[in-house]
Amino acid sequence: MKTPATTSGHALDWNRPPVFEAEGEGELLEVSMGPHHPSTHGVFRMDVALDGERVVRLKPVFGYLHRNHEQLGQSQSYLGNMPYTDRLDYFCSMTNNWAYALAVEKLVGQAVPERAEYIRVILAELTRVQNHASAIGFLIQEMGASGTPLMYAFREREKILDLFESLSGSRMMCNYMRFGGCRVDPSPAWLDATRKVVAGLPKFVDEFEALLSSNEILMARTQGVGVLRPDLAVNAGITGPMLRGSGVNYDIRKVDYYGIYDRFKFLVPLGDHGDVFDRYMVRVLEMRESIGILEQALKEVPAGPIMDSKAKIRGFRPKPGEAYGRIEAPKGELGFYLISDGSPNPYRYRVRPPSLINLTVLEDMCLGQNVADVVLIFGSVDIVLGEVDR
Amino acid sequence: MLGEGILKGLAETAKNFAGSFVSKERLTTVEYPEERLPLPEASRNFPFLVYDGPDWEKGLRCVACQICEKECPPKCIYIEKSKDKKPDFVGKPQIYPAKFDIDISVCMSCQICVEVCPFEAIKMDNEFELSTVDRFGGLLLDRQQLAKSNEYYHKVHPTEATQVDARLAEEKAKAEAKAKADAAAKAKAAADAAAKAAAAPPKAPEGGTGTPTSAAAKPRDTEPQPAAPTKPSDPAKAASQSEPKGEPRKEGGD
Amino acid sequence: MKSVEEIKTAIEAAVPGAGVKIIPNPGPSAQHSLQLDPRTAIDVVRFLRDDPELALDFLSNVTGVDYLDKEVSEKVKVTRPVTKTVDGVEQTVEETVEETRKHTEPGYLEVVYHLFSMAGKHGPVILRMRTGNRTDQVELPSFTPLWRSAEFQEREVFDLFGVVFSGHPDLRRLLMWDGFKDHPMRRDYKEPDDFEYEPTAHDEVLARAKEHQASGRGPTVTVEAKQ
Repeated sequence: MKTPATTSGHALDWNRPPVFEAEGEGELLEVSMGPHHPSTHGVFRMDVALDGERVVRLKPVFGYLHRNHEQLGQSQSYLGNMPYTDRLDYFCSMTNNWAYALAVEKLVGQAVPERAEYIRVILAELTRVQNHASAIGFLIQEMGASGTPLMYAFREREKILDLFESLSGSRMMCNYMRFGGCRVDPSPAWLDATRKVVAGLPKFVDEFEALLSSNEILMARTQGVGVLRPDLAVNAGITGPMLRGSGVNYDIRKVDYYGIYDRFKFLVPLGDHGDVFDRYMVRVLEMRESIGILEQALKEVPAGPIMDSKAKIRGFRPKPGEAYGRIEAPKGELGFYLISDGSPNPYRYRVRPPSLINLTVLEDMCLGQNVADVVLIFGSVDIVLGEVDR
Repeated sequence: MLGEGILKGLAETAKNFAGSFVSKERLTTVEYPEERLPLPEASRNFPFLVYDGPDWEKGLRCVACQICEKECPPKCIYIEKSKDKKPDFVGKPQIYPAKFDIDISVCMSCQICVEVCPFEAIKMDNEFELSTVDRFGGLLLDRQQLAKSNEYYHKVHPTEATQVDARLAEEKAKAEAKAKADAAAKAKAAADAAAKAAAAPPKAPEGGTGTPTSAAAKPRDTEPQPAAPTKPSDPAKAASQSEPKGEPRKEGGD
Repeated sequence: MKSVEEIKTAIEAAVPGAGVKIIPNPGPSAQHSLQLDPRTAIDVVRFLRDDPELALDFLSNVTGVDYLDKEVSEKVKVTRPVTKTVDGVEQTVEETVEETRKHTEPGYLEVVYHLFSMAGKHGPVILRMRTGNRTDQVELPSFTPLWRSAEFQEREVFDLFGVVFSGHPDLRRLLMWDGFKDHPMRRDYKEPDDFEYEPTAHDEVLARAKEHQASGRGPTVTVEAKQ
């Protein structure tokens, strides 16, 4: 397979010669970072070729957590797939469930009652808060802070996971959304507990920022490191906080207005430089925006049915057709593509994994950087291996 | 001043550290296993089968309809139906599962089996300290290990169990009301048939089937059918009843 | 956002002889797609990316789909001369008979692309390309020179389905290891034999487990009944 030279002179057409040339003499040092590695967010391997401390070439190797999720999806019924979607991005099971439910609802044209839409938004934003908190916590840990910010993040995450457990029965593998609504109707006691947790969140984000954002070590290590140009980000299909850290204003909540996101007022934070610090700050600011959405939604939750009365649980056979449904998951654009041929199982079940596609530019960002920064840049992409390998 | 940000961060850490000795909110861990936090009511781990009453075999609610087996995503349930029927807790003869295995090393606690069970027979337990040294048989729970009483279900999920009991009691009441209505309708139809039969006998001796008619009248009383359809069977009944009488006479003749 | 018909007209105006077909979507989601001809696909897609109005600069999703060979049987009325005896005289008569004819429609691999526009905030535009068959004509042009996001996704389609993308700078397996043979997501893939312990097996898995036990090929774990 020969690499073609630039075909048209367009700025983004493929241009393979390495951006960084090795200086000095001798051989390059080839290091395999992973798959057993404390900082690779799971079983993930990067084959890095080093010239001294600087990265000359980086090839990611995937597949260590491949669990043939898509093939399983084709041998299960539509309802039986819902617990498997929990396990894709195992930090954010509620948003995975919602993306799949959205795709199936598009496939059959199913309506969702209003109360269910509000509950979905509340759970999705809670998921986003705990995911960004953990992501920042892990990033700071990889910088060497040995877990203290991570444990602060986990303290808040525990409160949110306790809410998930008292609602759906399980902390992480919630299996909560259904096609046409949600499985369990939250009681007024649960909504009050959520309001209490959300009331404590702004103080937590303030504490987090006081701990970290003006920290000189953090700024020195992350500013100017791992720069991602916005045109490359768009061309490479990057989505989520990584894209917005590079300054591109694309948030699916504001583009597709899926669910009832058009009723809430929130801003989309954008970064200026596209480096690791910008992505970190975008996540912190997104946490604040999510808290704003939560406060608005919790005030307005209407009473009503939690599940559409015409929805079917058993014997669910959609008509032949296909649908692509996507949401703004905390990691990026999570999409499900379903092809149905009229049988109870999907004919083709495809997950568009944001983590895998966000890793397309890992090499571009790491070339010329020190090997210690590779860990930071990788942490700022915020991946979960369950989604990368499915 | 260089290092100001770091000092601010250290002040936060110190506040948290000192605060963990003083306020409950700052101290977020418990010393497990000496101290255990209570689990929320809804929490679920692996399924169990519910039985009513004292005897787990007699009171098992499961009727081996195999819906949970079909809907289970990782297919961790294995059911074998029984060949006979046994009376369940209310006394109605039901098929029961001769074998009901759940492989909990495969089960992913998704709760779909609970959702689709039409008989409220399988529910989620929240016990998680299930480690064993046998990784094959030790994690394959059979019917007896899975069967837990309704009182246990009330202990683990009180609100859910009261709702289930209310639903089952409602269904039972409806079934009883329906049975009563059916019995009343039967009795009424039988009374109607008896009234009609009382009007019929004055015609019978002309048909020349004296004894068989009165003998046949008895089965007619208990059957809730109108008199007419049973008539074609009368000659057959008459024939079957006169045969034993006929034979001795024949033998006597020979 | 333009409808599918408008996009087709625009493509045919910009790239003459494009050979674009509309594939309607029968379900309620109404996401219709355009089928591209592999020979002109790169030009069509470049127009879609660079056109200032459409500006589809975001390739979101690349999916592979496998369609197996289909046996199609149809009833055909055939008129042919038949020798019959009519009134004791042999004659050749034309008779119309209904015959069942079977033929195999060849299967193919299909790649589906979902395109959005970040500049114009519209989408999706869905494109499809089909290979000739599943065995030897499996080459399709790669979109990686135009959109970097196709790099890993096309590698995955190559790995799991076997579509060879010409023009891809680094086409190797993504999720499977490098020495792996066969393409796992195809519909006729048979899993390797690791059915040693299947206590709650059903249907196909039960059949494979029984066959594994009977063959004595490898280890089998039996658990004794408890009661």
